[in-house]
Amino acid sequence: MDFSALNPVALLASLMIAATPIMLAAIGELVVEKSGVLNLGVEGMMIVGAVCGFITAVETGSAWFGLLGAALGGILISSIFAFLTQVLLANQVASGLALTLFGLGVSAMIGNGYTGIKPPGFNTVNIPLLSDLPFIGPAILSHDPIVYIGILLVILVWYFLNKTKNGLVLRAVGENHDAAHALGYKVIWIRFSAILFGGMCAGLGGAYLSLVRVPQWTEGMTAGAGWIALAIVVFASWKPFRLILGAYLFGGVTIMQLNLQALGVDIGIAYLSMAPYLVTIIVLVMISSNHLRSSANAPGSLGRIFHASQ
Amino acid sequence: MSNISLLEIDGVSKSYPGVIANENVKFTIKTGEIHALLGENGAGKSTLVKTIYGLVKPDKGLMKLNGNLYSPNEPRDARSCGVAMVFQHFSLFNALTVAENIALGMESPPSIDRLSSKIETISIEYGLPINPEKMVGSLSAGEQQRVEIIRCLLQNPKLLIMDEPTSVLTPNEIKTLFSTLKKLKREGTSILYISHKLEDIRSICDTATILRGGKNVGTCDPKKENVRNIAKMMIGETIKIPKKKSTISKLIALEVDCLNWVPRDSSQKQLKNISFKLLKGEILGIGGVAGNGQDELTDILSGEILSNKSTIRLFDNSIGDIGINKRRLLGLLTAPEERLGHAAIPDMDLIENTNLTAHTREKLVKKSGIIDWKKTQEFTKNIIKEFDVRTPNAKVAAGSLSGGNLQKFVIGREVLQKPLVFIVNQPTWGVDAAAASSIKQAILDLASTGSAVIIISQDLDELLELTDNFMAINSGEMSQKINTQGLTVDEIGLMIGGTGAYWKRHD
Amino acid sequence: MLTGNGMIRLEKRPQPSKKWTSITPFLAVLATMFVGGIMFWALGKDPIEAIRIIFWDPLFNPQFASYARPQILVKAGPLILIALGLSLGFRANIWNIGAEGQYIIGAICGAGVGLAFYPSEGWFIFPLMVIAGALGGFLWAMIPAILKIKFNTNEILVSLMLVYVAEKILVSVSLGLMRNPEGGGFPGSRNLQYYKAASNPELISGTGMHWGVLVALTLTCLTYIMLTKHTLGFQIKISGQSNKAARFSGTSPSVVTAICLGVSGALAGLAGLFEVSGPSGQISIDFNVGYGFTAIIVAFLGRLNPFGILLAGLLMALTYIGGELAQFMLGLPAAAIQAFQGMLLFFLLAGDILTNYRPKFTYKKRL
Repeated sequence: MDFSALNPVALLASLMIAATPIMLAAIGELVVEKSGVLNLGVEGMMIVGAVCGFITAVETGSAWFGLLGAALGGILISSIFAFLTQVLLANQVASGLALTLFGLGVSAMIGNGYTGIKPPGFNTVNIPLLSDLPFIGPAILSHDPIVYIGILLVILVWYFLNKTKNGLVLRAVGENHDAAHALGYKVIWIRFSAILFGGMCAGLGGAYLSLVRVPQWTEGMTAGAGWIALAIVVFASWKPFRLILGAYLFGGVTIMQLNLQALGVDIGIAYLSMAPYLVTIIVLVMISSNHLRSSANAPGSLGRIFHASQ
Repeated sequence: MSNISLLEIDGVSKSYPGVIANENVKFTIKTGEIHALLGENGAGKSTLVKTIYGLVKPDKGLMKLNGNLYSPNEPRDARSCGVAMVFQHFSLFNALTVAENIALGMESPPSIDRLSSKIETISIEYGLPINPEKMVGSLSAGEQQRVEIIRCLLQNPKLLIMDEPTSVLTPNEIKTLFSTLKKLKREGTSILYISHKLEDIRSICDTATILRGGKNVGTCDPKKENVRNIAKMMIGETIKIPKKKSTISKLIALEVDCLNWVPRDSSQKQLKNISFKLLKGEILGIGGVAGNGQDELTDILSGEILSNKSTIRLFDNSIGDIGINKRRLLGLLTAPEERLGHAAIPDMDLIENTNLTAHTREKLVKKSGIIDWKKTQEFTKNIIKEFDVRTPNAKVAAGSLSGGNLQKFVIGREVLQKPLVFIVNQPTWGVDAAAASSIKQAILDLASTGSAVIIISQDLDELLELTDNFMAINSGEMSQKINTQGLTVDEIGLMIGGTGAYWKRHD
Repeated sequence: MLTGNGMIRLEKRPQPSKKWTSITPFLAVLATMFVGGIMFWALGKDPIEAIRIIFWDPLFNPQFASYARPQILVKAGPLILIALGLSLGFRANIWNIGAEGQYIIGAICGAGVGLAFYPSEGWFIFPLMVIAGALGGFLWAMIPAILKIKFNTNEILVSLMLVYVAEKILVSVSLGLMRNPEGGGFPGSRNLQYYKAASNPELISGTGMHWGVLVALTLTCLTYIMLTKHTLGFQIKISGQSNKAARFSGTSPSVVTAICLGVSGALAGLAGLFEVSGPSGQISIDFNVGYGFTAIIVAFLGRLNPFGILLAGLLMALTYIGGELAQFMLGLPAAAIQAFQGMLLFFLLAGDILTNYRPKFTYKKRL
């Protein structure tokens, strides 16, 4: 076997691309969970974003409009979840599952005529001098803009949560909704907005899959990426910067597995392609077995229904 | 205190389905007075203060603040008018720091650094020491209350509402609180002080308004009025004082020997070196401030948490390592503190809730595992009858019962199984006086038939009234056992604070 | 509703309304028909015709009924089996959403035992396969169970991840280990329908009734008895209401977790075995068609009640057949029916508000 065929520059570059959709979806879900809501429908929102983004990009000829379409699609479908859980006080676990099942169905339906088309793409960012640096240039500094937007979004979320009053309020609502209500904060409104933000991010993540990563539309193309995003939020202990680490870790596993397949490593393609899912399980076990650490940062009201009785 | 009225409450009414919480309530709070709002659990005090704080909108009636119409739509309105509130169940966020918690209660907080120094200034000025960078979850109940008070003081309130502020404090902490309140009063702040404890009110309040069944049944000067009269106004009927006759034998019913327990989870308290003997027919009181290990001790004694075999002995059996159902069969029964969600399940009916704990000792499940629902129903009806549980029938969800009725059901369910040892945590917490009195009598009667009882409580008066012997619990350790007779509240206060002659620390 | 001073206020009922619990599924079906009709209309189809084709024609149109009616039992069998198992966990707040994976593994294990005996005949082969199928599903579900008990790992994510792993295994065995040596190189195993000792045939011709359907019907009754009369059912119920109260009652959360996940895995495995040895006939790349996920909807639509699940399974099977028919008759996209089923779950969850809360209409008035 010839491992020298693995080019570290190409590996690092494709790792960043593989990590981006998961990172986008996960940072949205992190905000949602910080507000005390567990939305298990990330997979459904991602696939709707993927199809909406794809169709908009193909019809308008612009990948940027595609992103806009994906964001709107994600917001729209997450608003169903928000309405069910915040206004009609439905069970969050069941509503999230419903969102995923519905999203998979609806995306397949509207994407019916779009299989096999190539979508318009993004131009890569070209920073004079920097992008020409050896190794770092091609590996890290010459991607499409979304890769950097993803990282920027994580930084912005960190700033919002830890440095602004509204971020503090959002954390407070997630920590103890009864106390936040008693202080006069609008729990439902805040959570509703967080859910829509989560929908937007998941939609963008989905669009990145269908417009850049793959790039084409196929039914069920998210293949569990939304669920992995959920796992990454747990892995990151609800901390934005650890989330980048988590996304790159999974990006790395995916890329490694694909490259080993390409090299024809003798353990069977089927077994290699299980790797991302098995790694997710192993990481979840490692994080959750450390009971003190995993529960320390979990929002206190996560998944609980809020009703301002009396 | 002046004669200028600060807040006039005029004919406020509020009803919920099936309950009238407030009916035509009228009274006036003057500038710079400490005004008590006195009443039993369920008298409508909470609804009224929530109305003043903008959390509840009244169906009818007016409020005037400084002569102007006052109708807050939300707490923010109330705060901007100078009304601040310290909640009974603190509205604090455990995973946030003291400074962040305080910032959340302010309209436009300064930066966290500037706020922290402000907090330090105020905390020194009012004798409320606190570290602004600490996580609220790591503070004691008394310290958490300080956070709430400082949060209010930073807004320079004209009216400070305090809902049952002493219920979680040690006698020493109560003294500190009262001196803070007196200082505020001297500075011209009015305080609306909600409580059901007559003693507290007599020591610091200038005026008392008494609520019963949602109505204002009188306003008086609590220092001048006869205690019995106030109690009568508050309760409306004369409460039977429980009768006690001691029947302690020499036989040891329960023995705890060198119990050490380390929690898995940081939210629980470690227990250290606990040893005591409980005699047949004895009522032992365990007193302490909330969160000092009472819940953990209850769960370890009941068998929800297992320990070493030899640490707990029930008569001739070592039971430290056997589960709750086997302990029930041997005669050890428990009524935990949290009624809804631990002792009973709110969404299930009373019959199902009977089966929850009575299934082993009352043989409500056949050998095949089939539940005998008929027998369960009969036992439930018996509980309802013997303990006067006010409910339309046995098929009503436990959560729809009032606190007092549910507690009568929970206590009745265990007592009627004839326990040899009965452990009860906070038997009358949040229960109306009539129900509390019948629960107390039931516990005394149980002991007089030879059962041994442990009462774990934060209500020191209750412990003085019911128990033969007393132990204090503090930071997961327990004091020596002493005779309750002759103990004063002050001595107990020292003991539950963890100091005094009855402590032998094992370090 | 949002602010408390609007036109509609929600008041929590003292206890969940039994009446609304049974009415809401019907309302949800009606609402789904209505909104689904709008969706079909948006796709350029006649909504009334589409709804008729989905819900009426498979049962009563003489042209299709003879084919479609037996298909309903064929499709409802696995849905009911899986949903019965899932409903136990859902009652106890244990969320096995990986039934699809357990279904696949059950089928692979069961078929594997059958194929191992090929071509010998013997009465014991099929019963052995049934045991292997149940055991396979059981063991696959015990992975999230043990991880949850030992390490407190979230069973939702683990069971779901294992679906993808099971799908990869399915691909691998279809192409390798279990490929039909006489299949001319095509992926997929031998067809068990043609191997008598290992096949699960239609028991009464023209009904679609096979062993799996019989087992599903029997288990519906047994589950009902277990839930209402047996202490195990009671323990599952209290675990879902409050973990603390369950522990106080002497119920071990670990045991309940193991039972709920284990039983649901075994039932999903059984469903897979009956499918692979009967209607489907062989292990192949596209063996699983999403029954494991649709069963989640069936469990909720049936209100986690065994007889409710029976009805819901039949209805959901009807939408599958009707969907195929609409695809054939109107050119409706295949995925439309999946969206339709998802929508049904939305309406059902939305309807739950009527079970737990009482809407109160008030006039807007202020002081």
